Amino acid sequence: MTGIASYLLFFVTVALTYGVATLGLNLQWGSAGLFNVGVAGFAAVGAYVSAWITAAPAQNHWGGFALPVALGWAGAMAASALVAAVVGAATLRLRADYLAITTFGAAISLQLVALNWQSLTGGPFGIAFIPRPFAGLAEQPLAFAAANCALVVAVAGLAFWGLERLTRSPWGRVLRALREDEAAAASLGKPPDRFRLQAFVIGAALIGLSGAMQAQFFGFISPDNFLPVFTFQIWVMLVLGGSGNNFGALVGAVVVWALWTGSGTLVSVLVPPDLQFRAAALRLVAIGVVLAAVLLLRPRGLLGERATVSRHVA
Amino acid sequence: MIPQILVDGVTSGAMIALGAIGVTLTYGLLRFANFAHGEFATWGAYAALVIAGGLGTLLGPGATFGDLTFGWHLVAALLGAVAFTALLAAALDWVLFRKLRRQGNAIVLVIASFGASLALRSALEFGFGGQPYYYTREIAMTVRLGAGMRATLDQLVVLAVALALMTGTHLMLRYTALGRALRATSENPDLARLAGIDVARVVRVTWLLGGGMAAAAGVLLGITVQLRPSMGFELLLPLFAAAILGGIGSVPGAMVGGLVIGIAEAAAVPLAGAQYRAAVAFLVMLAMLLLRPRGLFGARDA
Repeated sequence: MTGIASYLLFFVTVALTYGVATLGLNLQWGSAGLFNVGVAGFAAVGAYVSAWITAAPAQNHWGGFALPVALGWAGAMAASALVAAVVGAATLRLRADYLAITTFGAAISLQLVALNWQSLTGGPFGIAFIPRPFAGLAEQPLAFAAANCALVVAVAGLAFWGLERLTRSPWGRVLRALREDEAAAASLGKPPDRFRLQAFVIGAALIGLSGAMQAQFFGFISPDNFLPVFTFQIWVMLVLGGSGNNFGALVGAVVVWALWTGSGTLVSVLVPPDLQFRAAALRLVAIGVVLAAVLLLRPRGLLGERATVSRHVA
Repeated sequence: MIPQILVDGVTSGAMIALGAIGVTLTYGLLRFANFAHGEFATWGAYAALVIAGGLGTLLGPGATFGDLTFGWHLVAALLGAVAFTALLAAALDWVLFRKLRRQGNAIVLVIASFGASLALRSALEFGFGGQPYYYTREIAMTVRLGAGMRATLDQLVVLAVALALMTGTHLMLRYTALGRALRATSENPDLARLAGIDVARVVRVTWLLGGGMAAAAGVLLGITVQLRPSMGFELLLPLFAAAILGGIGSVPGAMVGGLVIGIAEAAAVPLAGAQYRAAVAFLVMLAMLLLRPRGLFGARDA
């Protein structure tokens, strides 16, 4: 019984770490219309930075300052925001699909650095023994899982609440105005580049936080965690949940993560070990087909963006 | 050392250029970056593997051409793979992109192509597993080209085939009625339709051509390197870089862009190590986008 309860708590914990990244992407894409295909790169920056800050010293990688987890997460957000500021300053003025290609390239390059700069990142072996929050409770599995789950629920709730405030504020209205008609918004004195960069950086900070939380809860990171498939997962979560809708982003994350782990468990139980590689590949085919089907059949996702109409009109 | 970089860069650049033709044509015509284009190269390479294998079982192992590692089987396989992949590309457009185009949001097309890319790649992993395949176990003969340059005979033939295919594509676009229709549609679809051009047919031809050329690039890459399910996906960044460098919509631009990217990647190997190859294409592309977004030969701004 405790086993199932701990498992469910851990499921919610991990699903919501994805949810935080999906919220960040929703700010970038759903509100600002910025097409980020480098989600994995920003998550990787957050994960590695938090691992350096919080893990114990080790031979095979840099860092290991054994500082509190809160510092690790704050550092992750700052580092990811910094990388986004650099990438964004260079590329945000490009047309949408060029931004897609450059963020894709940036993520590939960051992954190459993680893979090859051994003294910094541990190379292909990654970084292990990354501590979870509430390490003091580790003796009681259920309380440990519950505390961690509560922490992630609080973080995701805070991110959700903050983004709801932001997107309803005048700042969020400017973003949507820029997305819908840049010339009209610019003619009202709203500088497109500055607003876009702000949205891109805040979104990337959340994606970096998501990477850091995953580093903490999985306890181990390697370059394999941040392949383009990660980016794809986050996009499927957002598109399925309904881009432009923060609650939809969280729902999409939980639903897709449930399908993902559920199908993964089925595969590992039902498929003989020598065919598991192929079954895993088939699972990815299915996810790709689901995304295409959602785009074709229900382009607004489960919960679409709410129409925003001025109260003076209604 | 320097001349050898040129040999390696030009051969890999020629394959990038072949693949980039399709990227630049679909991008110029349909205004979207197709992330699934690299998979056409992979599917072409594996289609040729299956066809060549089938011919080998039916007719017995064929003789190779002189000192080359391949013979008629692979030539037939190349033609079959090009035809198959051209149809695959057209079919993908038919079931997926054509319908999404009607929704009128170009970015949705890019997301869909990202999904299609993952599905196509994983389908090959499902069918063939992750291990590398080779068309042959024969050892490639090396020839000296003077000035300290060496190349395998295979490399030289592959280069010649790639250049011939590119020249053929260029002449077709330049001098045939179909080529003119294609360029006109890319320039201005509405005007082309008014002038009586069948735009749907032009779109079909573009996918057939782009898919076929990508398949050829995949087979040639399979001859000189090896076949892996991720080979096309790893080619994607260089393909985009070549298309952007040459200017979106410009086929000669894509060819020059491909060669430049190939040489830049080869030149970076002694400086940064082979493991950072993919990042080189990215940096060259980024520099081009910042300095001259329309590319070397492009007419339109980014």
